[in-house]
Amino acid sequence: MNVIARPTATPLPPLPEDRRAGLSLAEAGGAALGALAANKLRAALTALGIFIGVAAVIVTVAVGAGARQQVLSQIQSLGANLLLVWGANVRLGGVSLGAGMRPNMSWDDAQAIPREIPAVEAAAGVTRQQLQVVYGNQNWATWVNGTDPAWFTAHEWTVSEGRFFTEEEASSGRKVTLLGATVAESLFGEENPVGREVRIRSTPFEVIGVLGRKGQNPMGQDQDDVVVMPYWTARRSVMGAPRAFARSVGSISVKVAEGENMAAVEEELRAFFRQRHRVAANESDTVSIRNLSEIAATRDASARTLSLLLAAVAAVSLLVGGIGVMNIMLVSVTERTREIGLRLAVGARRADILRQFLLEAVLLALLGGAAGVAVGVGLAYALGSFGGWPVLVQWDAVALAVAVSAVTGLFFGYWPARRAASLDPIQALRHE
Amino acid sequence: MHPLIETRGLSRHFPSGDGVVKALDGVDVTIHPGEFVAAMGPSGSGKSTFLNLVGCLDQPTQGTYRLAGEEVGSLSPERLAEVRGERIGFVFQSFHLLPREDALANVMMPMMYRGIPPRLRRERAEMALERVGLRERMRHTPSQLSGGQQQRVAIARALVCGPELILADEPTGALDSRTGLEIMALFQALNRAGVSILCVTHDADVAAFAGRTLRFRDGRLVDDDRHLPVDAAAMAGVPFA
Repeated sequence: MNVIARPTATPLPPLPEDRRAGLSLAEAGGAALGALAANKLRAALTALGIFIGVAAVIVTVAVGAGARQQVLSQIQSLGANLLLVWGANVRLGGVSLGAGMRPNMSWDDAQAIPREIPAVEAAAGVTRQQLQVVYGNQNWATWVNGTDPAWFTAHEWTVSEGRFFTEEEASSGRKVTLLGATVAESLFGEENPVGREVRIRSTPFEVIGVLGRKGQNPMGQDQDDVVVMPYWTARRSVMGAPRAFARSVGSISVKVAEGENMAAVEEELRAFFRQRHRVAANESDTVSIRNLSEIAATRDASARTLSLLLAAVAAVSLLVGGIGVMNIMLVSVTERTREIGLRLAVGARRADILRQFLLEAVLLALLGGAAGVAVGVGLAYALGSFGGWPVLVQWDAVALAVAVSAVTGLFFGYWPARRAASLDPIQALRHE
Repeated sequence: MHPLIETRGLSRHFPSGDGVVKALDGVDVTIHPGEFVAAMGPSGSGKSTFLNLVGCLDQPTQGTYRLAGEEVGSLSPERLAEVRGERIGFVFQSFHLLPREDALANVMMPMMYRGIPPRLRRERAEMALERVGLRERMRHTPSQLSGGQQQRVAIARALVCGPELILADEPTGALDSRTGLEIMALFQALNRAGVSILCVTHDADVAAFAGRTLRFRDGRLVDDDRHLPVDAAAMAGVPFA
């Protein structure tokens, strides 16, 4: 049998001074979490949309940034502000021999360029041949370059061991050489090559340095598979040429001074060679000039476009996730119509109800966003360390993705929350 | 001292098709603090519309309504919500408890919207549950409570903010007659302790527990009758602690 306590006192004492602070944010958050916890599976499935969107954004941005980073470092390795001058396509008796096949520039052209064109910081003529380099019982086929010390400046080479050769060594034709990192490793392994002797075409050369590693160029060639020696050493000792070509170079590397207009210098170079080669006005150029960093910049731009496209696709999935949030919030408002009616009856203001449902949508989206960050960052690093992809997690993109998921919740939660807040309490209380 | 409820020409008309449905039409009534009033009538008589207006859930189309001296007929919805929270406690036929929350949380809920600190909320909710004899079951969820116990939780929730008026809409409608008697006995006990109660019912036996009966028909107040209340506790034979 029920025993009813007889109320002995008057009703409850009056409440303390009414603060009318309304529903605090923490309180509304607690209520929202409670509502989400009541429907865990549904909340999880809804958050899944946001989760996938955020994870996709983070991974695609990381992969895109990694690819761009790779391209940028390749541009850097080429040497900044670099123009490469090659002999143009040459026709001999009606037969096209192809660009650079017949040397038409000389070591003296390279020497003259910085004097004639003030915007040029350094110019180095290069003659090169693929030759066998021998050390002990090891040998390696590589490109042997004969050039000036200016070449190191133009291509921004560093030395990891030893030193560059000097102007004096260059002009006197000393038999000294520097090895690229790949060549040094192939011939010497762990051993330090500096001070050792390698043979090229049976001629002994003293190794005076090892070039710092550059890696692949944007065309995928190994820039470290190279041997460098002074131009006159190369001409005299390993790359003998008929008298007509005794001073010829295959290409000239031109470094333009910082802050100068590359295109203007390119034009000046053309004019320089037209004059020097006495090209008539109606004839085509005898040289072709390539701006390598421009090629790389184009690749960078396409990498950027691709990663933007991927990020856009990911953003669309975030949008779809947001629509999922809106859908489930509308269902939730309908299901809880009676509860909303009750809350309104006991003194909740419309603003309180709005806040409660809005916070529920934002929390839902943020939960998905947080899980998306965890998995997205994890996946990006996994792709980097196991897949060998060049990934670069962009923390500002991560922050942005979280912010966007919160805004998604706010945006797609607003309409359902408005709907909840504008319910008529009488109708809502009677709702079945 | 102000009357608790004072209506003059209170009307609620709904536009319907070409004409107008006069759900409530020109009701003048004055209720003083401490009264236990029943509003009776068949369905469609206007008693529920009267309850909604008195409870500040709806606003009159004509006439005035003063609650404890304050004209509330023309307040903004936000201010009306505040008036409901401060002055009125609701008890519904179907209890309207939050099914996932336990009795304590259900009773604490209204105070959440008034910025009461959690500790005081809990203290008051326990006091309110004690008044209705359910302190021992405050950790039970509605599904673990009987119908009568659920209605007592709802009454505790109505009491917890210290309202001037309790509005009960068919409070015994979903209960068997014996449990209904217990609930009416609880209302009578609360009324003796000073709580003003307005109870809407279609059942004359329930109205008999009040000290005054308002009879509605076709939107009009047709009878206002003061009488001696029947003692529900005596009828139920409920022993009071």
